Amino acid sequence: MSAVARKEIAGYFKSPIAYVLIGVYILIISIFFHPALNAGYGDFVEVLDDVGVFLIFIIPILTMRILAEDKKNGTEVLLLTSPTSLPKIVIGKFLATFTVFLVIVGISFIYPIVVVLFEGAITTQLVGAYIGFILLGAAFCSIGVFCSSLTENQIIAAIISLVILFGMWIADQFAATVGGLAGAIMEWISVLTRYGVFTKGLLTMENIIFFVSFTAMMLYMTVRVIERRRWVQG
Amino acid sequence: MIEIKNLVKKYGQVVAVNDISFKVKEGEILGFLGPNGAGKSTTMNIITGYLPSTSGTVEVDGYDITTHPEQVKKRIGYLPEQPPLYKDMTVTEYLNFVSDLKKAPRNKRKSELSDIMELVGLTDHRKRLIDNLSKGYRQRVGLAQALIGNPKVLILDEPTVGLDPKQIVEIRRVIKGLASDRTIILSTHILPEVSMICERVVIINKGQIAAEDTPDRLSNNLSGVSKLNLTVKGDKDKVLKTIGNIPNIKYITMTTKSEESVYKYVLETKNNVDIREELFFRMADNKMPIIELKPSAATLEDIFISVVSNAGITQTEEE
Repeated sequence: MSAVARKEIAGYFKSPIAYVLIGVYILIISIFFHPALNAGYGDFVEVLDDVGVFLIFIIPILTMRILAEDKKNGTEVLLLTSPTSLPKIVIGKFLATFTVFLVIVGISFIYPIVVVLFEGAITTQLVGAYIGFILLGAAFCSIGVFCSSLTENQIIAAIISLVILFGMWIADQFAATVGGLAGAIMEWISVLTRYGVFTKGLLTMENIIFFVSFTAMMLYMTVRVIERRRWVQG
Repeated sequence: MIEIKNLVKKYGQVVAVNDISFKVKEGEILGFLGPNGAGKSTTMNIITGYLPSTSGTVEVDGYDITTHPEQVKKRIGYLPEQPPLYKDMTVTEYLNFVSDLKKAPRNKRKSELSDIMELVGLTDHRKRLIDNLSKGYRQRVGLAQALIGNPKVLILDEPTVGLDPKQIVEIRRVIKGLASDRTIILSTHILPEVSMICERVVIINKGQIAAEDTPDRLSNNLSGVSKLNLTVKGDKDKVLKTIGNIPNIKYITMTTKSEESVYKYVLETKNNVDIREELFFRMADNKMPIIELKPSAATLEDIFISVVSNAGITQTEEE
């Protein structure tokens, strides 16, 4: 598990991809933080609330190659014939993507520190927002990993995860229109609403469990997809 | 060491491997032969646990691949047809990663890797990116990867494919060197390779075992007749007539004219009767000098073609 994770993390930082994604995302955060600074109130919670949506574009690019590339290059054989079990391989891959995301989180934390230096404070609301942001990132990474297992084409993997993430983001907008059970499900799965609860500073057990179990379920489904493909393909 | 029983693999309606059973003893090198698409790679993928079988069992060192996959995988080093390489890594990085993946002990890591690299001839290339290596060297990295963790069993799928003649000789030497304390299954469709390296051969065709024996016994059994290549100087009609008078000859074919009034003939005799002496004296009596006389055993090519073109199963029998 750690072997796979370490190798993938090293891979991200050996190529430009991690730097570009981290750079772009930090730029987005900075742009959103800029007006708050100008106005003289350094409320970073609002920034986190605003930039969450951009993960929809960043995460698929981060995760698209994580399993698709192994399938395409034939290195999947090496992983699957090694004495490391498939769930551990998938978790290792997930942890690698999540680590890159955590680097983003870590760098973004510069801004709250700047605020503190200028006589602001780190509020419990900010802590809650960060926990929500990290959980959101984990869930998104797990979706990306899952989509990468579906195909050997990285672009297709990225597009599928983008569509799924986008669908989940806006699901609650249409929940009322759809109505009934489907509407209820859309309401339930809408990450925007759930993420919003965190950025309001509310740590509810329900939402934490939702994100954690959602991530676990996506990884479990990833394992199932790879298992199933072993049975049907040559 | 390896025991395969009634192995079947279906892809939908297509039967890739159809009821294959064979055993490989400890320390044996088994050649796994067959035309393209015969099911060699599929069988190897099942033995190594990459693909599940439709039915049948595979046991390695007493462990079943479906019930104890990790125990089996620990004991196998696998070089698939396409070496599973990460091209953005250097040779050392890659081999270190594989060591981690195979949970090879860390304390002996350095000496193990340098031994392996020395063995397959990668020491000078250890710092290079795999992407920049030639096909032959990538193949060596693939072989090195299979050797990590000192597995008891090596499964090598066409290990010499794509190499230049010098590299082929080297890799074969390496494989033979490895054989002393390991069990090896090696697939190939290069036939001389089999007679050079392998102690036993399993020929599969259309997913079924078509023949199974030692390379030598296979060629003896199949031939039944022995062939002689003969080159004689003299008028071809006279030569043919003289040869024709010798008993026990099945048939004669004249192949080519090599020099002025020198012709090549191929003789086939019945039941391994040796006619070489008689041939010599009769030709001498008739003042027709034999330029060359060479017996030719059936080559593995002949066996392969004859076995593979027989649609049914022809088990060679022990005499």
